[in-house]
Amino acid sequence: MSHVIPRRIYYVIFAVLVVLTLVTTEVAFFDFGLMNPVIALTIAVVKATVVVLYFMHMRYSSRLTMVIGAAGIFWLGILLALTMSDYLARGAGTY
Amino acid sequence: MPDAAFDPRAVPGADAHAAALHSPALKHHFDDLGQQKEAATLGMWLFLATEVLFFGGLFAAYLLYRVWYPDVFGEASRSLDITLGSVNTLVLIGSSLTMALAVHAAATGQRRTLMIFIALTMLLGAVFLGIKGVEYYDKIVHHHVPGPSFHFEGPTPERAQLFFSLYFAMTGLHAFHMVIGLGLMTVILLMAWRGRFSATWYTPVEMSGLYWHFVDIIWIFLFPLLYLVDRHS
Repeated sequence: MSHVIPRRIYYVIFAVLVVLTLVTTEVAFFDFGLMNPVIALTIAVVKATVVVLYFMHMRYSSRLTMVIGAAGIFWLGILLALTMSDYLARGAGTY
Repeated sequence: MPDAAFDPRAVPGADAHAAALHSPALKHHFDDLGQQKEAATLGMWLFLATEVLFFGGLFAAYLLYRVWYPDVFGEASRSLDITLGSVNTLVLIGSSLTMALAVHAAATGQRRTLMIFIALTMLLGAVFLGIKGVEYYDKIVHHHVPGPSFHFEGPTPERAQLFFSLYFAMTGLHAFHMVIGLGLMTVILLMAWRGRFSATWYTPVEMSGLYWHFVDIIWIFLFPLLYLVDRHS
């Protein structure tokens, strides 16, 4: 059960996270129109994914643990999608 | 911790079983340490899934108001200090690295290294909260704290107030989680100092690490949403 992964992997992940943070900060100053939030959130999702997989050892966890992790994201998706579809269908500023 | 009321040798025929599997860290309702750790990991992830939804409500509110009032949210977002925000992001990522190395040290039974990395994690967490404090102070000085003294240039200051309400709710709840994390790390540091952990049992270190990385992930999303998305205009 106990997986000790080499320390080198942690340093690589750390470097990836630092580079992505610098890239996302720099890119934010350029105007890509509607793509700006898409780029910023895509980079955030990539960063979160490598943290979950390597720092949080999800890659080496049991299937059941992976299902719980995926369920958390799935429910967040339900929360955001159903909330937004309801409010946006009512028109801006209408409660 | 062994259960004092349970002595496996008192159960007829349990001697061999106990001799083969006994570890001071093994609770009697688990078959072995692997199963015990699996249960702890599963429980921790279940808790983190509820935390995702806890923060999710605030993320949903932010998303909705940002879609409704994009202009004023963009303007309010640009008033945040991007340098402090990105430095804090790097500080938290650094603390996740030291946390991962702390778990690695625990798994390989290096008590001193474990304590050093836990202390470093706490130091970086404190630096994050310090920088956050500087940012909060700046908001107070500029009357960007929602309330009677709130002031923001523009045609719709009440909508800017919504942005800052969400800013304080989201970063405040995150900072509160950081404070809890520092409390957890204090306990881990004390347990390590007393020699409670070994290469065969260090579950509290790993579970606290999961919590710490989760709080890091929340910030990984707060940073672009609050500081970055409207920076260009």
